[in-house]
Amino acid sequence: MSVTATAAPRATPVLEMRNISKTFGSTRALSNVSITVFPGEVHALMGENGAGKSTLMKVLSGAHKADAGGTILVDGQPVVAGDPIKAKANGISVIYQELSLAPNLTVEQNMFLGAEPSRAGILNRSDTRRRAEPILKRLGVGFGPSSQVGQLSLGERQMVEIARALTTNARIIVMDEPTTSLTSRETDRLFDVIASLKSQGIAIIYISHRMEEIYQLADRVSVLRDSTYVGTLNKAELSASKLVSMMVGRDLSSFYKKEHHAASGEQRTVLSVRNIDDGRRVRDCSFDAHAGEVLGIAGLVGSGRTELARLIFGADAKKAGNLFLEGKELAIAGPRDALDAGIAYLTEDRKGLGLFLDMSISENINIGVIGSDAKAAGVLDFAQAKTRAARAVTSLAIRTKSTSINAGALSGGNQQKVLIARLLETRPKVIILDEPTRGVDVGAKSEIYRIIDELAQNGIAIVVISSDLPEIIGIADRVLVMREGRIAGEVTGSKDHPINQEAIMAFSTGSATSDAEKSKKDGNQP
Amino acid sequence: MSTTTTENANTLKLRTTLTALGMLPVLILLAIGFHLLSGRFLSVNNLSIVMQQASINTVLAAGMTFVILTGGIDLSVGSILAASAMVAVIVSLFPDIGMLGIPAAIAVGLACGFVNGSIIAFLKLPPFIVTLGSLTAIRGVARLLGNDTTVFNPDLPFDFIGNGSVLGIPWLAIIALATVLVSWFVLKRTVLGTWIYAVGGNVEAARLTGIKVPIVLLFVYSVSGLLAGLGGTMSAARLYAANGLQLGQSYELDAIAAVILGGTSFVGGVGSIWGTLIGALIIAVLSNGLILVGVSDIWQYIIKGLVIIIAVCLDRYRLKGLSRT
Repeated sequence: MSVTATAAPRATPVLEMRNISKTFGSTRALSNVSITVFPGEVHALMGENGAGKSTLMKVLSGAHKADAGGTILVDGQPVVAGDPIKAKANGISVIYQELSLAPNLTVEQNMFLGAEPSRAGILNRSDTRRRAEPILKRLGVGFGPSSQVGQLSLGERQMVEIARALTTNARIIVMDEPTTSLTSRETDRLFDVIASLKSQGIAIIYISHRMEEIYQLADRVSVLRDSTYVGTLNKAELSASKLVSMMVGRDLSSFYKKEHHAASGEQRTVLSVRNIDDGRRVRDCSFDAHAGEVLGIAGLVGSGRTELARLIFGADAKKAGNLFLEGKELAIAGPRDALDAGIAYLTEDRKGLGLFLDMSISENINIGVIGSDAKAAGVLDFAQAKTRAARAVTSLAIRTKSTSINAGALSGGNQQKVLIARLLETRPKVIILDEPTRGVDVGAKSEIYRIIDELAQNGIAIVVISSDLPEIIGIADRVLVMREGRIAGEVTGSKDHPINQEAIMAFSTGSATSDAEKSKKDGNQP
Repeated sequence: MSTTTTENANTLKLRTTLTALGMLPVLILLAIGFHLLSGRFLSVNNLSIVMQQASINTVLAAGMTFVILTGGIDLSVGSILAASAMVAVIVSLFPDIGMLGIPAAIAVGLACGFVNGSIIAFLKLPPFIVTLGSLTAIRGVARLLGNDTTVFNPDLPFDFIGNGSVLGIPWLAIIALATVLVSWFVLKRTVLGTWIYAVGGNVEAARLTGIKVPIVLLFVYSVSGLLAGLGGTMSAARLYAANGLQLGQSYELDAIAAVILGGTSFVGGVGSIWGTLIGALIIAVLSNGLILVGVSDIWQYIIKGLVIIIAVCLDRYRLKGLSRT
């Protein structure tokens, strides 16, 4: 499987990363990863979400310090690890997914942000202009140095980011999913720029999930999986099936619980989503969720999965589309309406959007129902709250000595169970779980799978959004795959024929758009 | 793993308790210190004066606690107090129905707070800016009410509020304590109170939990306005007069200082009304004690200002101490 490229008889490598490991607490984010990059090469980095690509690039840019034992060589010289300023001085420049420009400033101000040409603290404006103009000309952009960044399109802003990288004489530019928010014309423009950077001897490390881009751009492709290096393919060796099988391919089926099959008889539709659309991130999505079923939603980060869930839950306003619960149309203006109707949503951002860290476990569990539990004049019913909290702690196996301690003191897995308990107290008919096991240790993961399985056995319709392919295959009966805001395909499995991982990858990267039907069929085959 | 979790929790609880209590020793030390320096701070007579001095600020600070717990701020309470006091005295001048000055003043305060709250909750504007605007605008209204003069009523029908006492306890102090008790009940024993903490702790999570955030915000600013109206009544009753220009100037700062001294987090979600009471008492003790000791008016300003800054330092330190796992 592993294909190590024979180093092309080109110049000496501009960058070598050798045996890079990185651990966060007890989690190993990178394990002995080595890659080599040559000048004037587009080196693509691929792997599933969480495979370690971003961590590797953060080690390169100095944002993270690698564990002892690894070395980074630029032009054969070792560089100091974990120092972003040194990394920049060595010609390493990273263009992040979320653009880091100040929209209120001009193009040239942004290009030299933090390194303004000046004398004695007074800006040298003519020098700024003199240095900015040739760079912008080199990129062939359609805006001038004095344009305000806030008025530029996303694609143009990306060009400003690249221009900024060029002001520091970058020789290695990392692009992390640069085309996610670009139109196809802007993408073409970016590719032209990449080609011209290549011809100037600049190396590009290009992270992307889109197969077609990889075919078009990459000279070589390195694949990471589960924090380890899998292999590198040369342009001539590239094929979708090879790449996909390098990216996936592990078996954890015994880890997952899927016993609710037995309980589900004929399919009863609980939630119907029809043509839901927010005009931006979610495009014309329709699907049904059935009682006692676990419906997976797969797709890459940014494919609109969370946005779809938030539209259904009323957390964001939809532009078009209809929702039906048990055949009745719902008018949902906000989360309260969704909860009242029987739709519950578990956020992917546990601490940011879910928990009240300074409130007790009991309050966190009860917060959604204290209003309906309350006695006259809105006085809290403490006895009822205590009962609910105690019941939840027992049934979900939340490990805590008391329900009166703050939720912030719990481990990630137990915090997640507290949030699940909160939604269950609202007695939902449909539960949408967004990345339910993110940042949760293995033990808690399997308990969450057990909880999901039991809920399905009790006839609740469950929608699970997950970036973890083995997980979604392990627990779901059916998987919808989203790509660029649309439902790109559906993959079903049965007891004897498990859901096909490659089919999901193919739909989510778009390599199966032309022969969608075929892949769908493949999904049912062993 | 579960032992470390509980240990963590215990440390957290201990810290929280310590910060809630944290200012009580300071209050006691200040009182003893001033007594040693002046020799008459801890007399029954002087303590009664301190309670009276603390009372109006306590009432304003109680309202401010509601607001700051949601992560907001209300800069307009001093102006609302002035406008309400004007209304209280003007209505009290009507023969026979003079007692209506009390409800009138409170209603004016509530109305001002309701307007603040509506703008903040429904137009989603930053509370600092909205209440900064109403600080100025309502001050203007207060001056307009008396044609920019001082209104007097030597026969104020509700003067007992300002100057009477029950069993030796001034009415002002009783009202302040009652306000604290009711606030405690609302914050800790009702659904709305829990929602206030939830909104301050994590507004987006609160929304996703189905809490109607705008209603909660409307409520807290209305409470703050209502209590400023009550403060206006108390102030008018004490002085037999009200002046739209001078009354309540910079009272909002004392109220904010009391809340922060009491350990309520400026970003919301954490805090207690008892802490606010202690904070208000510290400020009153400082004012009274500094006068008794003979510190000049100018130095009183400087010292009170430093106390506010130290309070914010404590807030920062506390947040760091409670760093989330």
